[in-house]
Amino acid sequence: MKNREFRNHHWRKSKNTIMTTLSILSVLIAVIPLFLIFFYTLAQGISALNIDFFIHMPKPVGENGGGMANALMGTAILIGLGCLFGLPISIFAGIYLAEYGNNAFGQTVRFFTDVLSGVPSIVVGVVAYILVVIPMKQFSALAGGVALAILMIPTATRTTEEMIKLVPPSYREAALAIGIPQWKATLRIILPTALKGITTGILLAIARAAGETAPLLFTALGNRFWSTNIYHPMASLTVFIYDYAKAPFDDWNRQAWGAAFVLIVLIFIVNITFRYVTRGRYADNQN
Amino acid sequence: MIETLQMPSILSESFETDTKLETKNVNAFFGKTQALRNVSLRIQKNHVVAIIGPSGCGKSTFLRCLNRMHEVAGGSMNGTILLDGEDIHENDPVNLRRRVGMVFQKPNPFPTMSIFDNVAAGIRLNGMARKNHIAETVERSLQQAALWNEVKDSLSKSGMSISGGQQQRLCIARALAVNPEVLLMDEPASALDPISTAKIEELIYELKKDYTIVIVTHNMQQAARVSDETAFFYLGEIIEFDNTKKIFTAPSIKQTEDYVTGRFG
Repeated sequence: MKNREFRNHHWRKSKNTIMTTLSILSVLIAVIPLFLIFFYTLAQGISALNIDFFIHMPKPVGENGGGMANALMGTAILIGLGCLFGLPISIFAGIYLAEYGNNAFGQTVRFFTDVLSGVPSIVVGVVAYILVVIPMKQFSALAGGVALAILMIPTATRTTEEMIKLVPPSYREAALAIGIPQWKATLRIILPTALKGITTGILLAIARAAGETAPLLFTALGNRFWSTNIYHPMASLTVFIYDYAKAPFDDWNRQAWGAAFVLIVLIFIVNITFRYVTRGRYADNQN
Repeated sequence: MIETLQMPSILSESFETDTKLETKNVNAFFGKTQALRNVSLRIQKNHVVAIIGPSGCGKSTFLRCLNRMHEVAGGSMNGTILLDGEDIHENDPVNLRRRVGMVFQKPNPFPTMSIFDNVAAGIRLNGMARKNHIAETVERSLQQAALWNEVKDSLSKSGMSISGGQQQRLCIARALAVNPEVLLMDEPASALDPISTAKIEELIYELKKDYTIVIVTHNMQQAARVSDETAFFYLGEIIEFDNTKKIFTAPSIKQTEDYVTGRFG
């Protein structure tokens, strides 16, 4: 009897060890591509990375050296425009879905938001081209901002909704029970409680938009010169990488690797930042 | 038989004149499920009324009908509820809830706010007070909730940083800050330890000088200690409503007796 228990105990332990090992192995396999990309881009691009790369403009075709200052600035402006157009819509849509969206209309909005998040980004680029570029008869950063906004809306909307829904109903009840009107309870009590989670969603949306190339090809187009005019074509890191990577010059290819590395690091920094900002998000909500 | 017994036996002329809250044939529903059946009772001003009964008998639903929180949770009701003789459904629920405050089962201070801001939330967000009055009101409310001495030096700390019992008294202070006339308490001590429970009970005794209190409780001793009248609910109906002493010593109905003596429920 005792012997059998002992053997069972061994078998149980072994099963545990086997499954744990399998899990760890899966995790390792999952992160291998990430590390491969990270170190390969670093290895290829490191020779292009120096201060000049960040503060100088691209050199004319045929000359070596130069930088991507305009592309860095462009990406910042494009993301800024994307946030400007996309975030207010996302946040209000998210609030609507969470607070009043428990009906057929809310279900429909939710469904199409999910569909939108699955639309290929190049299609979104074409949409922005038709909506903005054709009427304005010019490629522009504005059109790029619209394309990025459309890409950001699904993620930001659904995260806002989910985070507001995560706020325990007891806070809403407490607010209503002291005679605070529902709209004020939402804006002043519920939204601040969900704010950290909403920030996470917004930063994820930004990180996604920052890495998009396809929608910018038909909209912001790219620009080899310094431009902060949003009605004109504008450079961006991703389009810079695209142009330089397919160019027949070794120096340009090297710079494309360098820019790719910079982009990865920027997104990495955004991620780290929001992990830091949102640490202990659930601790606050515990009752 | 039940019909006649819904009327409290101590009903008299003086009782009628001091009525603060009155419900007439209240039926409440969650979808198609009926949670309350023909509940009629009168609550006197500055009295504490305890509502007892087994789980699922409609105690909390009844309480939430009184400040129209029942409809917030998606329920519906019919019948009449009068506050000072006025039908509560004829007015804005927001105004009603300023007059009929509520304390919930689990302490729920607003997590993003300090102790001070929690108490001030009602008056600030209702635009009810001028700036210099806010501090006074917060102090008065915390005093009334017997919490002032414990938190007066840490008003800027998070409302979540104090103990569960203190949090519940903070919630009471928050409810008192908007200066309600009636206070509804939904098992306010069920998540608390005996010492905190005793404090809440003492508090109820103090508060009834200024407020009319309706308290739902699972704890029979608590009902006996704090209330003037007790209503026994079973399966959504009022079985008996009478003077607390009578309910616990000589109830008129067998079911009440069985429940208060612990034979069922």
